Amino acid sequence: MAALYEGYTLCGLVPAQNQLYSGIQGVEEERDSDHVVVTDSTRSVTLYKVSDQKPLSNWTVKQGQTLTCPAVYNAETQEYVTVSDSKVIRIWKEDDIHLDKTFKATVSSDVWRVHSAPGGEPVVLFQRGAVRLLDSLLSAPQQPIEEVLSQEETIRWSTFIRAESQQLVIFTTEQKGDSFLYLQRLNPNTLQKYRLEREEPGLSPLSFSASYRDKQIGLLYLYPNGHVYQSVVSVRGLGAEEGSQALSLPRSLLLLLPVGEGLLKAASALVLDEAHVALVGVPHPSAGAGKDFLCIWNTNFQTLQAGKEMAGKIYGQLWSFSNKLFIPHGKTLSVIPYECPKSCLASALGKLRQAKSEESRAPASVPSWNSLLHGEKAQPSRAVETRKTRTTRKTQSTPSLTIDQVLELITTAPVEEVQKEVDGFLSRSDIQELQLSVGQLASSLVSRSLADPAFYTPSTLAQLVHTQSLCHSVCPDLVLLALERKDYFLCQLCLQFFPDIPEAVTCACLKAFISMPDVDAEKASLEPDSVSFMETLMSGQHGPTGLQNGFCPTSGDEDHTDTLSGGGTVVNTRAEDEEKTSTPPELICPVGLHKAILLNEVLQTAYSDTFLLPHLKDLSSQDVVLFLQYLQYLYMKYSQDAFPQMHGLRSPSLSQIMDWVGLLLDAHFTVLVMTQEAKGLLLNLHRFVKSQVRLVSELGKIESSLQELNKRRGKKTDIGKYSIEVIELF
Amino acid sequence: MGEFKVHRVRFFDYMPSAIRAMVFNRKTERLALARADGSLEIFCFADHYFQEKVIPGRDGRAVEALCWVGERLFSAGLNGEITEYDLENLRPRYTVEAYGGPIWTISSNIQGTLLAVGCEDGTVKIFEVLEDRIQFQRNLDRQKGRIISLSWHPDSTQIAAGMMDMIRIFDAETGHATHRLLVERGVGASKSKEVVVWSITFLSDHTIISGDSAGKVQIWDGFTGTLVRSHLVTKWDVLALSVSHDESSLIAGTSEGTVIQFQFLSPTVNQEDKEWIRTRTFKNHSHDVRALAHTDTAVVSGGMDTQLVVRPLLDKVEKNTQESALRKIAFPHRNLVCCAKKAGLLLFQYPEHLEVWRVGESDVHGKPGDRLPVKRKPEKLIQLKSKGEDHICCSALSPCGGWLAYSTASGVRLYRLQYNNISITKVSRLPKELRWAHQLCFSSDSSKLFASTSNSSVVVAALNQLECKYLHTLRPKSGSRQPVHLLFASEDGKWLATANTDCEVHVYNLHKLKLHCTVPVYSSCPTALAINPATSNLVVVHADQQIFEYSLVQKEYTEWSRKLQKQGLHFLWLERDTPITNIAFNPQNSAHIILHDMFMFCIIDQSLPLPGAKTLLYNQMTLKSLPEKERIQHSHAFKICKNFQNLLCVCLLEDHSLVVVERPLLDIMSQLPAPVRQKKFAT
Repeated sequence: MAALYEGYTLCGLVPAQNQLYSGIQGVEEERDSDHVVVTDSTRSVTLYKVSDQKPLSNWTVKQGQTLTCPAVYNAETQEYVTVSDSKVIRIWKEDDIHLDKTFKATVSSDVWRVHSAPGGEPVVLFQRGAVRLLDSLLSAPQQPIEEVLSQEETIRWSTFIRAESQQLVIFTTEQKGDSFLYLQRLNPNTLQKYRLEREEPGLSPLSFSASYRDKQIGLLYLYPNGHVYQSVVSVRGLGAEEGSQALSLPRSLLLLLPVGEGLLKAASALVLDEAHVALVGVPHPSAGAGKDFLCIWNTNFQTLQAGKEMAGKIYGQLWSFSNKLFIPHGKTLSVIPYECPKSCLASALGKLRQAKSEESRAPASVPSWNSLLHGEKAQPSRAVETRKTRTTRKTQSTPSLTIDQVLELITTAPVEEVQKEVDGFLSRSDIQELQLSVGQLASSLVSRSLADPAFYTPSTLAQLVHTQSLCHSVCPDLVLLALERKDYFLCQLCLQFFPDIPEAVTCACLKAFISMPDVDAEKASLEPDSVSFMETLMSGQHGPTGLQNGFCPTSGDEDHTDTLSGGGTVVNTRAEDEEKTSTPPELICPVGLHKAILLNEVLQTAYSDTFLLPHLKDLSSQDVVLFLQYLQYLYMKYSQDAFPQMHGLRSPSLSQIMDWVGLLLDAHFTVLVMTQEAKGLLLNLHRFVKSQVRLVSELGKIESSLQELNKRRGKKTDIGKYSIEVIELF
Repeated sequence: MGEFKVHRVRFFDYMPSAIRAMVFNRKTERLALARADGSLEIFCFADHYFQEKVIPGRDGRAVEALCWVGERLFSAGLNGEITEYDLENLRPRYTVEAYGGPIWTISSNIQGTLLAVGCEDGTVKIFEVLEDRIQFQRNLDRQKGRIISLSWHPDSTQIAAGMMDMIRIFDAETGHATHRLLVERGVGASKSKEVVVWSITFLSDHTIISGDSAGKVQIWDGFTGTLVRSHLVTKWDVLALSVSHDESSLIAGTSEGTVIQFQFLSPTVNQEDKEWIRTRTFKNHSHDVRALAHTDTAVVSGGMDTQLVVRPLLDKVEKNTQESALRKIAFPHRNLVCCAKKAGLLLFQYPEHLEVWRVGESDVHGKPGDRLPVKRKPEKLIQLKSKGEDHICCSALSPCGGWLAYSTASGVRLYRLQYNNISITKVSRLPKELRWAHQLCFSSDSSKLFASTSNSSVVVAALNQLECKYLHTLRPKSGSRQPVHLLFASEDGKWLATANTDCEVHVYNLHKLKLHCTVPVYSSCPTALAINPATSNLVVVHADQQIFEYSLVQKEYTEWSRKLQKQGLHFLWLERDTPITNIAFNPQNSAHIILHDMFMFCIIDQSLPLPGAKTLLYNQMTLKSLPEKERIQHSHAFKICKNFQNLLCVCLLEDHSLVVVERPLLDIMSQLPAPVRQKKFAT
């Protein structure tokens, strides 16, 4: 969407007595987009630096003389050109102080305008329609000037366009209510005259604006009844019939603006780009009849894109240079930055979301001198803000930092400040826009932390991870940093929220979790959901009621003795000890509560076994045994009762546990077989499998009798190759 | 509504052939697909993935690779020949011998002026594509070892060729090899085996991407000939690669049945340099993925398990729409079963033979839900092997069961059948107009044979005792050159309706032997049509699931059809992803239309109100649970039965019993060869 940003004042105005004219003749671009030359209606020309809102130079003609043409800047020679008293051409440079001492030339006919465009010399348009290049005119100032226009024809508006190799002077005239368009090509000189179609009788165009695109000139004109028309003229002439008679100019209606009561008086339309038109002096469709609005319309979709109320009288004057609109209103000349991004239908209808961060940055860099110096009240002529801008500013009353500033801050500021600013930033922006900045914030926080051992912001990082806009590949060092700083809560969050943790990192976490002392683990505060899950699991007030998978530790005695007698010498290892004490009726968790919670997180991460396996091999045998014991414990708990599934809390699934058991055994099989401590554990696992196999075989035995039952019920399960059935449709 | 006795038939051992190659034409949005038996299929993706055309296979024609040049389709195969297809007459247009041994791959440059083929003898042969043929231009430098895969650089100056153990880059102008990229072999036992570069892609930024038998997808720099990145994606082979048009996404098909997506992304935020990163894995196949196509919005894959799978990329389509649904195309979109209503016979069409079966019988009457004891088992009466190398493209059995006709690309054959003591007699001397047919059909009194031939015309031949006489050729006025894929002769012998792939539906008056009318052309292709014997209304169903009823007498859409269009079909009906392939009518109630697709059959009762958007479309279970009096309030026109799945045919016999031919996908799966073994942990 096109947008109008907050404007600022360039200069005050001295309106003429009758209040109808703004007191400004023209605003012309100077050497670059930041400099303009403003010519007032009487005697002076001022050069401004726009972004500083500051006049750089001022030139005045003598009392009694008047400037009749806006001063233009000739970029080739770095000179200013204007006309005083219609006949005297004046040329000077920036370092000339007194205008009277500079170059003057008097010409033989009245001058209408001097036009200049970058990359070429200025042209002079005479009031009777003749056109001369400035240089050729000055070589013989008194040369005779022909009359192009007829007696009662007067020029209303003119402009100068440079199109690739062509230079064109375009001007419109009026004669007895008819409007004409003249197209004067220079080098070779040809003149083409067009007649504009008549609007309602008595109405003549209020303003014109011309634009050049694709070898065509688009002329936009606004009538007092609110009709905006566009006519397109080819830059290349029509050849033979040039100049002979006025061709009628086809037009197309671009916009039908709401006019309110009466006709428009002081209004102006200006082409901004191929799809946007700026309008001033036309009522806002949703804000009553007041005409003091500046609006941007999209002509493709006929939608109002932005609007701004201008305080004070509107004179119907509007200029635009490089994304800034210059508009005199009341007693000031305001500069209003705008933006017209290429529009598509979605954005015209407001459906497309766009990155707002850059847009809002642009105007912020230009502070308003008025508000800085005088505060808001001291300057009554200041542009009245629309309600919207006022409210948005109110919410952002605290100095809000942009993402770049926050990033800058992170690299240097102390922990507390960083924490505060990042929190502030996070709470300000909405989630959709955060996506990108979260990554940047996190990676800069991490890199600072890595570089500076004293710097660490656990809560901020946790908050960033919580946004769920972060993933491992965006800032690959985060998990390892958390491990290094023993921030187990952050580890847990990362494992939970990152979908793409590489297996190597998962394994590193696993290793750290297993080998850390329980004391360390208990210090960490972990996510409450997972804690409550593990607590319920460990407190385990569930008697050995119904056993789900047929495995019953007591009934396994027989096997146990089998293996004992077969194995011969079983050393009473720690594992064996634990197993014996832990079997019926209560199991004891081999790891502490918090350690178990963290291990659960590891169990639940996504992994690919191919990539995980080599890393698993790095675990030491003690770690493996401990982890296996824990897995066994989980498995026993799970097979005792069905509660983990019923809880709806985040918890590892049975198949995840089994997969990890399989993985561990695969990775360390030889080691485990050789390790004494693991023997009991392995035997226990083996016993599991055996009991499961027995269950299946028992089930297999009764399969046939169950099948018989099924047959008895007469249900056909096997359809075979052919059957005849009866169905009913309702 | 009523009870039906259903003959549930599962003895049609239809076995689709494995998918060998596919290529997507982005301009026409058509996918050409080649199967292991040499048959070709054209799917129109713009028209609901409808299988528009099928070119039957031929013994010994093993298509290894396909290539579109504009709208022309070329194939090359291990028989060493390049074939161009006539997509209007659904047959090969001509065949050119490349004289380089078996051809592994074919690829055209982006302008479509040159074709490159890679041969067993190590040559890359360039053919010039002319208006009506192709002409051998020259060989590129001959290499040792076969050329398995080829890819042109988009500016047509270079060709990359995948070979055994290496990749060669040729300068297409000079024909000299400029680079040799050595591809590493697999580790372990496969170290001694040559690695085959199954597939290769040359991108416009001179990146070369290869997929090989060691399970790697490798990214090479084409300027320097160096390996940039290697992704080990499988323990088995990477068989196919396909890159999206904008070269931002690449998919690789493996022997494990997975399709792996790579995307050209910058790995960290805010960095410009992009690299190929493995992103997604799709597993929609149980067997080798042999062929892949990356359309703008979807991954299209096919392989040994014979199904064509269209998996939309959810970042490219709107979520939770029909467009974003996974599609598996398992069955052809045309009839392989022909039912002789009067005789209770079924004709099954296999690629190389035909079978005629008689359905069984039961003399018991049962109540709904019962399975009746079979008194007489179904029996196979005739198995007829087709003559010649060409596979059968269409077949028909007359309603009385007395005539059987089939056509291959080389000829039409007509047989007289007798069943009291089974005999089959070939009718010799067919009229010369009956050279070949896209579609065959008998009139209901079995006195005429209709055969659609070139330019959408239909040949009418009269049958009596042992003779077949040419009567007339019916031609549409539209001058369409597209083949007729649907034919239907009305019960009363007056009308013949045809539909062609230009979406035109023509109706001929058989008494006057001239065009009666043309149904207004609809944008989607007709998938089934039939004429209601009682009302002479033509019912047409299109690929977008729309149903139209057109009165042949009034030559306008019927009131019911207008009502249906005005109200619109139920959204669940429109969301079905298999086309209606058959329409039948209930002789006892002319308002009943019987339709079926792969997953259901439906009886439309035109006398009942149409279902509104909020009504339950599949309401049979609800109706069953209601007491009889309330049913009428809740019932609507669409009575859908989902008891039977994977349907190839549903038709109504004269004794008012339904024949349902099922082919469970599990049965097809069980006949496939074993997939590659994958080790699971702790096994």
